Amino acid sequence: MAKKIGAFICQCGGNISNVVDVDKVAKALDDEDIELAEIETYLCSEPSIERMKEVIEEKGLDRLVLACCTPKMHLKKFQRVLKEAGINPALVDVINVREHCSWVHENDPEGATLKATDLVRGGIKRIEKSVPLETKEIDVTPKVLVVGGGIAGIIASLRVAENGIDCYLVEKEPSIGGHMIQYPKVFPTLDCSQCILTPKLGDVWDSSIQLSTLSEIEDISGTLGNWKVKLKQKARYIDIEKCTSCGDCARYCPVKCINEFNVDLDKRSTAYIPFLQAIPPVYTIDPEHCLYFKYGICKICQKICSADAVKLDDAVKFAEINTGAIILATGYDLYDPSVLGRYLYGKHPNVLTSLQMERMLDITGPTTSRIVRPSDGKSVKKVAFVLCAGSRNNEAGANRDEGVPYCSTVCCLYAQKQAILLRKLDIDVWIHYIDIRSPGTKYEDFYHHTQELGVNFIKGKISEIMPTPNNDGRLIVRAEDMLINRMIENEVDLVVLCPPILPSEGTEELAQKLKVPLNEYKFILESHPKLDPLATKREGIFAAGMATGPKDIQTTVSEAEGAAMKAVNFVSAKKEIEPNKAYIIPEFCNGCRECIKICPEEAITIIDEKAVINDLACTGCGLCVPICSENAIDMQSYSEEQLLAQIKGTLADSKAELKILVFVEKELVYTAADIAGVSRLIYPSSVRFIPLPSNARLKLSYILYAFANGADGVMFLEAPEEEGPVPEAHKAAEKIIEEYQEVLEDDYDLDSSRLWFSRIFVPDWRKLATVFDSFHQLIVDLGPLTDEERKELMQAWSKGKKLPQVQ
Amino acid sequence: MKIPYFPGCSLKTIGEGFEKSAIASAAILDFELEELPRWVCCGTVSSLTTDDLMHHLAPIRNLIRVEDIKETQLVTLCSVCYSTLKRSNALVKNDPEKLKTMNQFMDKENEYQGSVKVLHFLELLREMGFDKIKEKVKKPLRGLTLSPYYGCLLVRPKEFGIDNPEDPTILQELTKALGADVIDNPYQLKCCGSYHTVDKPNLVADLGYKILTYARNSGADALVLSCPLCAFNLDNRQREIKRQYPDFVEIPILYFTQLMALAFDLGEEKLGFDIHYVDPVPLLKEKQLLIDSLPLIKEK
Amino acid sequence: MSKTIRLDSTEAAKFAAKIQERSGEPIDMCFQCGECSSACPVSSDMDLMPSTLVRFTQLGLKDELINAKTIWVCASCFHCVTRCPKGIDIAKVAEALRQELLRKKLDYVEVRDLSMEERQEIPQIAIISNLRKFSR
Ligand SMILES: Cc1cc2nc3c(=O)[nH]c(=O)nc-3n(C[C@H](O)[C@H](O)[C@H](O)COP(=O)(O)OP(=O)(O)OC[C@H]3O[C@@H](n4cnc5c(N)ncnc54)[C@H](O)[C@@H]3O)c2cc1C
Ligand code: SF4
Ligand code: SF4
Ligand code: SF4
Ligand code: SF4
Repeated sequence: MAKKIGAFICQCGGNISNVVDVDKVAKALDDEDIELAEIETYLCSEPSIERMKEVIEEKGLDRLVLACCTPKMHLKKFQRVLKEAGINPALVDVINVREHCSWVHENDPEGATLKATDLVRGGIKRIEKSVPLETKEIDVTPKVLVVGGGIAGIIASLRVAENGIDCYLVEKEPSIGGHMIQYPKVFPTLDCSQCILTPKLGDVWDSSIQLSTLSEIEDISGTLGNWKVKLKQKARYIDIEKCTSCGDCARYCPVKCINEFNVDLDKRSTAYIPFLQAIPPVYTIDPEHCLYFKYGICKICQKICSADAVKLDDAVKFAEINTGAIILATGYDLYDPSVLGRYLYGKHPNVLTSLQMERMLDITGPTTSRIVRPSDGKSVKKVAFVLCAGSRNNEAGANRDEGVPYCSTVCCLYAQKQAILLRKLDIDVWIHYIDIRSPGTKYEDFYHHTQELGVNFIKGKISEIMPTPNNDGRLIVRAEDMLINRMIENEVDLVVLCPPILPSEGTEELAQKLKVPLNEYKFILESHPKLDPLATKREGIFAAGMATGPKDIQTTVSEAEGAAMKAVNFVSAKKEIEPNKAYIIPEFCNGCRECIKICPEEAITIIDEKAVINDLACTGCGLCVPICSENAIDMQSYSEEQLLAQIKGTLADSKAELKILVFVEKELVYTAADIAGVSRLIYPSSVRFIPLPSNARLKLSYILYAFANGADGVMFLEAPEEEGPVPEAHKAAEKIIEEYQEVLEDDYDLDSSRLWFSRIFVPDWRKLATVFDSFHQLIVDLGPLTDEERKELMQAWSKGKKLPQVQ
Repeated sequence: MKIPYFPGCSLKTIGEGFEKSAIASAAILDFELEELPRWVCCGTVSSLTTDDLMHHLAPIRNLIRVEDIKETQLVTLCSVCYSTLKRSNALVKNDPEKLKTMNQFMDKENEYQGSVKVLHFLELLREMGFDKIKEKVKKPLRGLTLSPYYGCLLVRPKEFGIDNPEDPTILQELTKALGADVIDNPYQLKCCGSYHTVDKPNLVADLGYKILTYARNSGADALVLSCPLCAFNLDNRQREIKRQYPDFVEIPILYFTQLMALAFDLGEEKLGFDIHYVDPVPLLKEKQLLIDSLPLIKEK
Repeated sequence: MSKTIRLDSTEAAKFAAKIQERSGEPIDMCFQCGECSSACPVSSDMDLMPSTLVRFTQLGLKDELINAKTIWVCASCFHCVTRCPKGIDIAKVAEALRQELLRKKLDYVEVRDLSMEERQEIPQIAIISNLRKFSR
């Protein structure tokens, strides 16, 4: 069936027509195979829209080319018009003759008119090759899985459940509560941590949330919005339903082992509850130390339990759940400071970590909040804190494998919290710091308050802690007071180290299973550190709290609330899949797997020795297209046929003397060019744009084709590497053009400077003028290609081409 | 196995017992420590500036002598020599340009090819395995409690050390293999004052006081170490320490090789205790590790 | 004389660059944490702390630096090196500063200053290393 194309050219009330001779443009289109070319004063106005509808009806048009302002203004509106008329929205193209033409060539009406004609002709050729594209919609499983039951996970799952969405909460320990439940008080308000957290634990227990403790994610399958997650639950050996938490098992259990809840400061029974408000409120048996599991004897707990809850034959369980979204709230672990030999941690009992100090300060802790020296139980009079004990250790340092380069963010403040609590017990406190970091009013006030209570601050990091020569249990800390540049020595009873915050153990494996990228410090990487901090790089997977990096409880909670709402939104609507993906032409694919290697989204798999692209994962970056030696990959919206037709249409019949074809990245660079237009930047009218997701999508053959059809120079304008929508492709574009330059020079005897690469940042739109001026001048100097040269290139192109047949 | 060995200046004088006991006990372990022919002083301290190659010449000359006798390893006993030779070696191995320049200075010598590996004797022992050493022990050092002392150059800076610079264990492992007990002495890495013994003996005494007093108070009978300069500062300077700190109690210093020779029961003549400032003999007798009572002549 | 330090002095900048070059150390990275001084076994005997030595070098304060006792007190024991979170080897900085004087033929210790008794008692290794550090 013949395609019925209509073209409209907008005057924009003179904005376009004062420079571009629109009548001439319309006239020049006479030769094209179109139904009509009409001129409108304001194409976006109601009367023009009405007119458009009328003509569509009258002439039976099935596709439109609109020469007007930037598509970022009205494309959506025009697409609606088409939709109403029953035409697929992929069958309208907007050709920008205002920002990219009339406004930037005010000094050159003739050139602008020629350029507008070429652009519209290119658009017509392109739309001929366009095919209807459907936006797919998929149903999302209306459930959310939260991993990690610290404060972040607790808040997130409560919010999800409140919104009436089914929620699973998975925690690897026997109880939820995370680290916060270990603290006696929290900064900056110094309220009782357990008093504010315990009710929340109860809320989880009483809510519809499906809690699974002692559990971790074993495996994940399925696709975006419809994950299948396999959970592995360790045996508890005590029946949750039956246990009345009377504690008899713990009382009678004969084995004592290290109590991790009190960070090794005391011992607990092998049958235990980590803390009394634990949720679920039941005991657990730790098989690692239990006599029954070691030697097959004992079973005292089983005999003593009046509720008959002990089941020593309990086993690992697996469960599979379906979920639409996942929130990662896996929190932190502290760095093991025994690696930093200088601090004597693990060698001298009176050197503690901050977490141990939290436990010691707690009324329910190992010493019921008496502060004593672990070496001899004597009471403590003086404590020194070492801040940055391993944090802010640059990787270039002499001991590269020690510590972490980043600031752990919370130690400056929690050390002050502990100092205040110690001061209240009349203990002398010396905080050794590099910088006290307390941004924000509340926190600076807190610092002020700490000073008021007589806590001593010394700027100067401790690097040496020594037992007194007579080894009486006290420790000598030696440091420089950096404010007076004198050495000081101080004999103290306890030293508290504030070690780095690390991503919790197992985060890396979990991230691998979920294919969620991590940042350089192995925390979960945000989708965008500023504009999308609660999403991960994988759609439908969110993160909150310390899982993405060190932060205080307030920020953790805000993030948890936000992530919960994002997850709720995500699972509450159908998911739209834009028709901008790459796809495989199976007849061409030889199963070489090159595309799989390059795809940054892991969107490509092999099924029956043919590559298959997953629409849900593909971002449409185009990287895989030129890599395929068999031309087996093409793209929706930017198909090979469309691009070649547009190249030819723009160049072949042009009356302009010199033509530079510019492939522009369609988001950021295109916008920069729009701003240049609005700002009436002036640059040569020889340049003609073709927008693309990234220049990494371009094959060498297109470049040959452009030169063969009349281009005298070709330019790649690429988005900045990190900030653009498809970073990996933006990065690769530069390498690709270098390769092409080499081939042009070596194999086609073409001056490689006719191919130019530049990166454009949006705010740097002025650079466009410089870039175009100098490239134009260069091409003028080189002169146009000869017909002979073009003919040869055309031959080379047609010999080398192996065009896939599009439906 | 024959291995060329670099004595350096001290082992011929103050470290006499170190050398004798090392050679004798190495023999028990089937190492023949063969003195490097025509060795020259290593220069003792490594040059630390980027533009000073002159002072790397002496160490490199020694390495050339190793190549001359067609060997690929050079063993040292003294920590200072070890560090100096190893640093110069690393410098030219990592920087072919510098190697070229330095070779141009060698008028009489062959050019250095960079084929030599510098080892500390302790590294050889670790390589062979402390279990093997344990097998050779005839008279375990039972009842003797020792405080290992590393000082600087054996473990620092990290690239040129033989063990973890913050938490070394090699001396502990050796002493345990010989049957002695060890204490954990956090002062084991603290500097002894090194060459300041020339111009700042009081400073050296201050440093020594802490190291030795901690050892004494933690139940150690003696200090064990591997460097003749440390030994001088921690042994001979006990005189100055006593002067500055009247409460100070003397404590003997032993080289790790002397311990080996004792445990292998090689006879007192290999030990060279006669030139120690604090005489270890009474202690060793008390612990019944030395029985024959040769009258030892002491000159204080 | 005013105690104000003029930061626009090209002399100072040149001196800083020279020491940086000669020591090969990333002196500019120092953020004044003080770990070096804390680690240094002899800092109590220094007039400028090791950290101050680095700070002054950043600022190129030549006079203060070359007149400092510190550069002669440093024992090159490498404690600071293993601790500096920015990987600065102060022993090298001190050596680079000493060289500034030694290369101008200003020795700190001279053999004839040692008494006969001292010369007999102190081992060669100490004397040689001391001279190597403190003289040409
Ligand atoms: C000593 C110290 C004192 C502090 N004091 C304060 C204070 O006073 N005020 C303040 O605002 N902030 C304080 N903080 C910071 C505070 O601890 C954090 O902001 C907060 O704990 C972060 O909560 P979270 O839920 O992200 O992580 P976490 O509390 O670490 O919780 C993570 C949870 O996830 C679970 N988990 C981890 N991995 C998995 C997995 N793979 N599968 C299943 N479950 C998993 C863990 O078992 C844990 O229960 C302090 C920090 C420290 C180190
Ligand atoms: S928060 Fe303070 S103590 Fe912690 S790493 Fe940052 S600066 Fe150091
Ligand atoms: S277009 Fe990009 S994201 Fe899509 S399959 Fe190709 S390489 Fe992967
Ligand atoms: S090398 Fe020098 S500055 Fe560094 S710790 Fe040793 S004596 Fe101090
Ligand atoms: S340890 Fe390093 S960063 Fe810290 S003050 Fe010393 S030189 Fe500067």
